[in-house]
Amino acid sequence: MGMTLTEKILANHSGASSVEPGESVWVDVDVLMTHDVCGPPSIGIFQNQFGEDARVWDKEKLVIIPDHYIFTKDKYANRNVDILRAFAADQDLPYFYDVGSEDYKGVCHIALPEEGFTRPGEVLFGTDSHTCTAGAFGQFATGIGNTDAAFIMGTGQLWVKVPETMRFEFEGTSMPPYLMAKDIILKIIGDIGVDGATYRTMEFGGPGISAMSMEDRMTLTNMVIEAGGKNGVVEPDAKTEAYVRERTDKDFDPVYSDPDATYHSKYRYNLEDMVPMVAKPHSPDNKATALELEGTDLDRAYIGSCTGGKLSDFEAAAEIIAGNDLKIDTYIVPATTEIARGLETHTLNGKPLMQIFREAGCKIGQASCAACLGGPSDTFGRLNNQEVCISTTNRNYPGRMGSKESQVYLASPYTVAASAVTGKITDPRVFIQQTVI
Amino acid sequence: MAKQDQIISGKAFVLGKNIDTDQIIPAEHLVYSLDDPEERKFYGRYSLSGVPDAESGLPQGNIPLVEEDKFESEFNIIVGGPNFGCGSSREHAPASLDIAGVQAIIAPTFARIFYRNSVDGGFVVPYESLEDLSKEVHTGDELEIHPEERVVKNITQDKEYEIRPLGSVADIVNAGGIFEFARKEGMIPCQ
Repeated sequence: MGMTLTEKILANHSGASSVEPGESVWVDVDVLMTHDVCGPPSIGIFQNQFGEDARVWDKEKLVIIPDHYIFTKDKYANRNVDILRAFAADQDLPYFYDVGSEDYKGVCHIALPEEGFTRPGEVLFGTDSHTCTAGAFGQFATGIGNTDAAFIMGTGQLWVKVPETMRFEFEGTSMPPYLMAKDIILKIIGDIGVDGATYRTMEFGGPGISAMSMEDRMTLTNMVIEAGGKNGVVEPDAKTEAYVRERTDKDFDPVYSDPDATYHSKYRYNLEDMVPMVAKPHSPDNKATALELEGTDLDRAYIGSCTGGKLSDFEAAAEIIAGNDLKIDTYIVPATTEIARGLETHTLNGKPLMQIFREAGCKIGQASCAACLGGPSDTFGRLNNQEVCISTTNRNYPGRMGSKESQVYLASPYTVAASAVTGKITDPRVFIQQTVI
Repeated sequence: MAKQDQIISGKAFVLGKNIDTDQIIPAEHLVYSLDDPEERKFYGRYSLSGVPDAESGLPQGNIPLVEEDKFESEFNIIVGGPNFGCGSSREHAPASLDIAGVQAIIAPTFARIFYRNSVDGGFVVPYESLEDLSKEVHTGDELEIHPEERVVKNITQDKEYEIRPLGSVADIVNAGGIFEFARKEGMIPCQ
């Protein structure tokens, strides 16, 4: 019987010729990623369990990317980065992207692909639930806790229950000009619910997916956790290969779902039928179309994070913001330093994106997770009161971006930018039709 | 953590559906050391502090799990609605409940990373109930969890509810976590 892409990767990494959903297997880990929030406690458990002098199983496979609480005066947060620094030095880790150094990257889920760690066919675990982003590259990638990370640091292995796979098939040969991957994933989460994919894989395929850029695919897989999914995958293709080859010399073996693979369920969407979507407070599945919410008053717009802080997200926002005044405070936070540099070098009608944002009066932050998850009280863009914010991030739980009194609407960079211009939730189609690209 | 066959008894603290890990331990508190015996107490202090006040301690609401000047709770069994523990993979979430004195959570379904962290880290036992008990049980009810009989007894209301067996994770729960389990199985050397 055929296997899905996810089943094949888990079989290949557990020494089995085949695996079936529901069985537990021990897999060999290709990459373990951790950051400044979960790294220190993972290191603490590793040292408690394996001894103060223990060495990690393979220093080439452990990647440490501080990104959460970086530009803060919080003494505990800064102490935590010091713990990472000392551990990386002690273990002589080649892949530590230290704060304040030229190596500093920013948001781990975007840094991982930029640095060539999202290789098709491999197994990646990370101490962050959005580790599933890397599934866009045909990698098995999922989030784990500190204890599991410490276990991998010592053994290079972890047990996994093989998930059933849900297939999401996309028709359509190109994205309509007003549509973004964020609209698609918000629609799916709204359809299946915040626990609609719990314990399962969400596999995205079909001509509509082939037409998408790698960054768009990452937006889809990033948010599978918002439906409870264990991992999300897109089958690798020429675009995947080109992206990864440009960023690593390491070999990798892509795998693909068999035509006779068994699926838990199949869903079909057509890109042509889809419209700009919004998730209302306080749940990612609280869906509405942008049109239905038109006129909703806002205090703030936020463009950033692993979901909505990639170069293409800022290109989209700039298309709408260029030449317009903004009615509300608008925060721009590039996910990584590479993207921040891209904002200076990429232009729209001859003008660098960063200049467009500055001229419009946007507040520009440094590459990091920033206010996506609230963080310490001095975090850039944090919602400290009763603000109503529209954001390109991935979660709008109570208090997610700071205060329990605040409210967050999730939307695409187009919709957030259009709403920043009007000060109210706005369907971006009005602006897109006027834009000359 | 309690063993699989150990009876857990105490006071219930009731929450609604989709309790995410940002509500269990808000991100601003993820800075304290879990290794430092004094600092880690703050995780108990702020456990469930992200839950909107009206939804904390149902059905009445406005009941904090841990009172303002305390680090531990008088409640040791959480009863929640479906999809308990969704969102972030922060292990600080089940750890904070454990540090606050919570021993078990009863919910019809759990988000998978939270469930896994609870078990592998040996923090709290996640029991799945057949029904959503968050509308049956009141905060403060005296409960007894009898894992071997697969029932929860509500002493206050004189009712019984069914729970599912732990299944394949029972061995890890009994061992006290993934490290203890792996040592028992000879996967990693004993200390």
